[in-house]
Amino acid sequence: MAEQRPEERIHNSNEVPYGFTPEQAQLEAERCLQCKNAPCMKGCPVEVDIPAFIQLIKEGDFSGAARKLKETNSLPAVCGRVCPQEDQCEEVCVLGIKGDPVAIGTLERFAADWEMEHPADSSSSLPAQEKAKVAVIGAGPAGLTAAADLARFGYRVTIFEALHQPGGVLSYGIPEFRLPKKIVNLEVKNVTNMGVDLQLNQVAGSTITIDELFQDGFRAIFIGTGAGLPRFMGIPGENLNGVYSANEYLTRVNLMKAYLFPEYDTPVIMGKKVCVIGGGNVAMDSARTALRLGAEEVTIVYRRTRKEAPARAEEIHHAGEEGVIFKFLTLPIRYLEDDAGWVIGMEALEMELGEPDESGRRRPLPIEGSEFMIDCDLVVVAIGNSPNPLLPRATPGLKLGWKGIIETDHETGRTSLPGIFAGGDIATGAATVIEAMGAGKRAARGIDNYLMSKSE
Amino acid sequence: MYRIIEKKKLTPESVFLRVEAPRIARRRRAGQFVILRIDETGERFPLTIVDSDPEEGTITLVAQEVGTSTKKLGRLKEGDSILDVTGPLGHPTEAENWGRVACLAGGIGVAEVLPVVKEIRAAGNFTQAIIGARNQDLVILEDELREAANELYITTDDGSYGRHGLVTEVLHDLINDGAIPDRVYAIGPLPMMRAVADLTRPYDIPTIVSLNALMVDGTGMCGSCRVTVGGETKFTCVDGPDFDGHQVDFEELGKRQKIYIPQEKCSLERFELSASGANVKE
Repeated sequence: MAEQRPEERIHNSNEVPYGFTPEQAQLEAERCLQCKNAPCMKGCPVEVDIPAFIQLIKEGDFSGAARKLKETNSLPAVCGRVCPQEDQCEEVCVLGIKGDPVAIGTLERFAADWEMEHPADSSSSLPAQEKAKVAVIGAGPAGLTAAADLARFGYRVTIFEALHQPGGVLSYGIPEFRLPKKIVNLEVKNVTNMGVDLQLNQVAGSTITIDELFQDGFRAIFIGTGAGLPRFMGIPGENLNGVYSANEYLTRVNLMKAYLFPEYDTPVIMGKKVCVIGGGNVAMDSARTALRLGAEEVTIVYRRTRKEAPARAEEIHHAGEEGVIFKFLTLPIRYLEDDAGWVIGMEALEMELGEPDESGRRRPLPIEGSEFMIDCDLVVVAIGNSPNPLLPRATPGLKLGWKGIIETDHETGRTSLPGIFAGGDIATGAATVIEAMGAGKRAARGIDNYLMSKSE
Repeated sequence: MYRIIEKKKLTPESVFLRVEAPRIARRRRAGQFVILRIDETGERFPLTIVDSDPEEGTITLVAQEVGTSTKKLGRLKEGDSILDVTGPLGHPTEAENWGRVACLAGGIGVAEVLPVVKEIRAAGNFTQAIIGARNQDLVILEDELREAANELYITTDDGSYGRHGLVTEVLHDLINDGAIPDRVYAIGPLPMMRAVADLTRPYDIPTIVSLNALMVDGTGMCGSCRVTVGGETKFTCVDGPDFDGHQVDFEELGKRQKIYIPQEKCSLERFELSASGANVKE
């Protein structure tokens, strides 16, 4: 797929891959073998009928393809961009055994984008919403998916979102160059157009409690509040000026538009020598954001190697192309400061890989006496997030598990409390957009079954 | 949108607002705050909720107009709306019957201490409010505090009203006179809260400070507001805003408060330039 050239794109926030033209899309669609058992579908958490939508693209019915996608996936333009297809549908594509799998993700993006540019009148297909009231907490990938599916089943859905903007991580976390906010807004609008009521600035557990929601006549509640609490390493100097959590750094830039300061009021520190700690997609997003904000040198500091890094290969590749430096097998142990409390560098240890740990990856072990210094004037800590404690704290009786995640039944999203369901990062710890959407989908079905059984 | 029902100037540089926010008004308790965003280009910033009227569905806010956001807020008129108001956030202030509680406040903290004094007195305590201002013109909410507290002490930096000096000097005298409070609560500028904590430490008086860290989301998501308390990193928004004043690393917090000073200056100059330009056009 054609892309913006690296030397150009680090000076703008436009999307990197251009996507397919109609001709390219049809050519790619023709490669699909239309397998009867469709292994690709088993790799999709939101159960997209992949052969069917690809067939429609092949036939030139692009709107039809988009409609097919939306039967099960409420955010196809988002998924087409940020899903790790290489680990899901494309991983099991039969063509992938001998060559390249069908570019399912790029085709999904193509059909969804086509429909955005050529909107069809879909009002006739709106389901009548006459069933019970259901509350969805959090307008991120899990909540939006649950809300859309519940609306499709005929429930009257209200989403309560804590921030002033819907989208969750799609809005505050993933940068513009990977997921344009216009796309997010349009897909959110598709959900509200289905009759879903979206209420912003509503912090569940504070502005409104679970008990109040039940009193207000909501018969079931889905919690999709995400993994909103940034983790730090707990090493000396982590609270110095110029040390950000990735959440803060990306929220300032993406949600608050600090890249447009002072036209927008929210500032962000623009480092010259930036170190990003971590090896996941959020680390890559932070590093590439720093480049676009004008950093002279951006280094990813990761304690394992490229092979163990949880980021998508495509993201590591894009970051490398843009000039991000990788310091693998490196562990920060403390940050150094100047007199005013600003970070000026870090002391780090060299690591080596030992025996596999519980994650199956080889455990990184420090090499004794290998301490060395790295200069930097900005640090972004991107080592993951814990579940946000606000709502669980305000909801007595809700059973919590490891690190405060809400315990749920995988298939239905049921929690320990009747009528309360949960899914996405709040129930699993930080994972992917598509896994959160899958959980939202399963929970919508779980809620439907629960309410049907109650009304019988 | 959150409509402004009432607005008045308390001093030339502070503003009092009553804002429609029914859900927040219903839930809010003393010591909690809201996050505001004034307009589309605005930042998110915290303000302590001073009062609320659940019947009427309003909350009361008081702001010192010192930066772009608070100046934007101060320029809004009755009938105008604030784009986003989120809350109530943070843990409410603890209130048990301890006996005698001194509540110290300086600057805009005087507005913020009012609900705390009410709450602590309602829990059965004898409350001594000690408030400070630079000069007489900047003394705010005197009548309200006189009514709310059992005793009210006022200090000014220049001696133009009340006692000449600092709020800590009043507390120092109270302690010296043998009227040692069972608990101290302080809210206001960082150096003042630090001085209060330093004063009470040798006497082992439990001392609570309400921190005003920089925030973005205010819900635990970003960590902008982190502060070291007793050697551990805490988030002011979800773990506070009240902390044990003897455990807070004020040195670090003071440095963190200064992170954006150049940007704040730049933003304010730009805002004032455009504000004065707009006035010329009118």
